[in-house]
Amino acid sequence: MPKLTFKTDNCKGCGLCVDACPKGVLAIAKEKINKRGHHPVEAVKEDACIGCTFCATMCPDCIIKIEK
Amino acid sequence: MVVFDKPHALADLPMHYCPGCTHGIIHRLVAECLDELGIEGQTIGIAPVGCSVLAYNYFNCDMIEAAHGRAPAIATGVKRADPDNHIVFTYQGDGDLASIGMAETVHAAARNENITVIFVNNAIYGMTGGQMAPTSLPGQVTQTSPYGRDTNHCGFPIKVCEMLSELDGPEYLERVAVNNVKNVKAAKKAIKKAFENQINKKGFSLIEVVSSCPTNWGMTPQKALEWVEEKMIPYYPLGVYKDRTAGIVKGADK
Repeated sequence: MPKLTFKTDNCKGCGLCVDACPKGVLAIAKEKINKRGHHPVEAVKEDACIGCTFCATMCPDCIIKIEK
Repeated sequence: MVVFDKPHALADLPMHYCPGCTHGIIHRLVAECLDELGIEGQTIGIAPVGCSVLAYNYFNCDMIEAAHGRAPAIATGVKRADPDNHIVFTYQGDGDLASIGMAETVHAAARNENITVIFVNNAIYGMTGGQMAPTSLPGQVTQTSPYGRDTNHCGFPIKVCEMLSELDGPEYLERVAVNNVKNVKAAKKAIKKAFENQINKKGFSLIEVVSSCPTNWGMTPQKALEWVEEKMIPYYPLGVYKDRTAGIVKGADK
């Protein structure tokens, strides 16, 4: 199963990765807040991840690392 | 096995760009190309003035900061000083390249300088607070055109790829976008080709990247990417505008 790692403190919560994911794996964590004051992204359905790298392709801040 | 990670040529720093700004994507694409071609150690980048003025912080290759718009002139000097050992690229926005730096851009293209130009077109002056740029669309609302860009008063946007394709000089001109995954992959391919052209000593390559500015357009990052698709791309059609080696001159291919 693909493994997603986020550099959460660099996330600006723009949500472009959330829209790019075809499986609905990601969501913006409304209840969390990171060091920079943004709501960061988190994997809510990591089991559904197919490792397509679409999220990382659209991430402007390069915070997503994907391992298969 | 790692299938996606930050490229080595991109520094491990938080970027100062606004949330959802596509500058970050374009930085990453350039860094990925430097990694894949194995040229990070011999590359010199020229940073512009504008939002990407701090690009020198984010690339791990050597960087020079140019005066506003003069990046192609500095790139010419750097490249000519040591043409065989250095790869030189400039990273410029539309206020930098298409306005104050127009002369440098056109003449570098006309001379077919062996450099790579990454031109980020977001149709607005981002850093200074959203004023009308030479590339702002007709009717586009900006700080200095609150009723929309009036073409009777302000003229028409400059289409850089179309304009430069009229010159005999440039080797490669392509317009790409970064509004969805497919276009980002195509943009990567175009940027890589631009660097390969330089390595193969073919000459001036310019890649125009149609991008977004959510903050100054007054939109969410998602809406801004939709606006790119609906408004920007119809006005700035994507495609190869000139490829001398392949014999393509003028006319978008899609």
